[in-house]
Amino acid sequence: MSLIEVAKLKKAYGDIDVLKQISFGVNKNDVVAMIGPSGSGKSTLLRSLVHLENIDGGSISIAGDYLVNEGIYAKPPEIKKITAKMGMVFQHFNLFPHLTVKENLEIAPKMVKKELSMVLEKRSRELLAKVGLENRASAYPAKLSGGQKQRVAIARALMMEPEILLFDEPTSALDPELTGEVLQVMKDLAEEQMTMIVVTHEMGFAKEVANKVVFMDKGEILETGKPNELFDHPKNERTKLFLQRVN
Amino acid sequence: MSIDYMNTILRPMLEGAQVTILLFFIVIVFSIPLGFLLTLAVRSSIKPLAWIAQAYIFVVRGTPLLLQLLVICFGLPMLPGIGEFLVLPRFMAACIGFVLNYAAYFAEIFRGGLLAIDKGQYEAAQVLGMNKWQSFSRIILPQMFRVALPAVSNESITLVKDTSLLYAVAVPELLHFAQTAVNRDFSIVPYFFAGLIYLIITFILTIVLKKLEKRMKFE
Ligand SMILES: Nc1ncnc2c1ncn2[C@@H]1O[C@H](COP(=O)(O)OP(=O)(O)OP(=O)(O)O)[C@@H](O)[C@H]1O
Ligand SMILES: [Mg+2]
Repeated sequence: MSLIEVAKLKKAYGDIDVLKQISFGVNKNDVVAMIGPSGSGKSTLLRSLVHLENIDGGSISIAGDYLVNEGIYAKPPEIKKITAKMGMVFQHFNLFPHLTVKENLEIAPKMVKKELSMVLEKRSRELLAKVGLENRASAYPAKLSGGQKQRVAIARALMMEPEILLFDEPTSALDPELTGEVLQVMKDLAEEQMTMIVVTHEMGFAKEVANKVVFMDKGEILETGKPNELFDHPKNERTKLFLQRVN
Repeated sequence: MSIDYMNTILRPMLEGAQVTILLFFIVIVFSIPLGFLLTLAVRSSIKPLAWIAQAYIFVVRGTPLLLQLLVICFGLPMLPGIGEFLVLPRFMAACIGFVLNYAAYFAEIFRGGLLAIDKGQYEAAQVLGMNKWQSFSRIILPQMFRVALPAVSNESITLVKDTSLLYAVAVPELLHFAQTAVNRDFSIVPYFFAGLIYLIITFILTIVLKKLEKRMKFE
C-alpha cells in the first residue's frame, strides 16, 4: 500500500530549481535511504513532505490524502491533519533546551492532542526505555551527549504516534563513536515495521537496513533500487561516481 | 560624628530612598511588558505599526532620558491649548517618562533575544503539530526571556542609578536629601551615605538577579 505518493514535485529558490519534477512513492513498512551529494535537494524534499517548505508545483499525497494536488495546497486544517501523520528527526536534534527530557516528549501531545498526563507519562516512560534513556527523564538537554539528544528527539517524534518517520541526516552532527547508538534505535524501529525515509551519508546503514535506496543529484532522482542492486550494480554514471567518492 | 547627627541626615535620606525604590518597581513592572509589546510591534507584519514602533525606539534611545523627563514634566504643560491638561503630579509624570524610556531599551533587548533563537526550534514545534501561538508561548518566549535575562539585569542596575535623575525634575528622593544635607552642613558625609545606600540597593538586586539567572539556566 502506498503511504507517500509524490508526483512531479517542483521547488525553486529564486531562479534556482532545487527540485525538478520529482516523482516517487513510499509503501507502508518501507525503509527508504535517500543518498546524494550535498546540495542535491534531499533536505528540501523531506521538508516539503511535512510542509516546512512550500512547493511550487506537483502533488504530494500522504495515506491517500492530498497535501498538495497539482500545485494547490489543501486547506490549513487539512494540512495539519495530513502532516500529523509524519514525524521528523533533524540533524541538529532541535530539542527544547528549557524543558526536561520528559517535558520535551510530553509537551506536544499534551498541547496538540490534549491527552491525559497519566497516558502521556506512561508513553514517555516506555519510549525513553525503548531508546535506552529511562534514567534521564528529568535531565535538561544541555546535560546530554549528542547521541542521547538524538535518541530523545526520536522518542519525542514517536510520542505523536506518527505513521511515517522522516530523518534528515540524523547522525551527521554526531561524533563517530556516538552514531552507533542512534543507528541502533533506527534499526529497531525498522524491525518494528516503522515506515521511514532516512537521508543519510551512512552507506552501511543504507545497505543493511533500507529496503529501497534513492539516489538524488541536482534536484532529480537519478536512480532508485534495492540496496544490493544500487550499491553493487549502479546503472547511472553519476551514481557510480558518487558511490566511488564516498567509499 | 555623633549618632544623633547620623540620625538627622540618614532619616530623610532613607525616606528619599523609598521614593527611589518605588520608582524602580513601577518602572520595572510597567516597562518590561510595554517593551515586550513594542518588540511584537516591531516584528509585526502590519508595516505601519512596525514603522511607528521602530521610530519610537529610535527617538527614545537616541535622546537623553533627562531631556525626555524635562519635556514631560515641564515642556508638555507649556503646549498651547492642551498644555493645562498635561499637568500631572510630578512623581507620576516622572514615572511615565521612565517607563516610556525603559520600554524602548527592553524592546531592543527582547528583539535580540528572539533573534538568538534557532529557527530549528520553530520547525520542531511546527512538525510536532503545535500552532503558532502554542509554539510562541511555550517554546519561543521562555527561551527569549532566558537569553534576555543578563541584559535585563544590566538594565535594571542602570535603572537604580538613573532614578537619581528625579533630582533634576525636583521630585525629592535619595540624592535630593543628600544634597540638602550637604548644603546645610557643608559636609561631604551625606554624599558618602547616599553612595552607600545606592550600593546596598544594587547589591541586593544583583543577588536576586543572579539567583534568577541560575534558576533559568536549565541544566
Ligand atoms: N532557504 C534557501 N534559500 C535559498 N536556497 C536554498 C535554501 N535552502 C536550500 N537552498 C538550496 O537548495 C539546494 C538544495 O538544498 P538541500 O539542503 O535540499 O540539499 P541537500 O541535498 O540536503 O544537501 P546536504 O547534503 O548538504 O544537506 C542547495 O543548492 C541549497 O543551496
Ligand atoms: Mg540536507
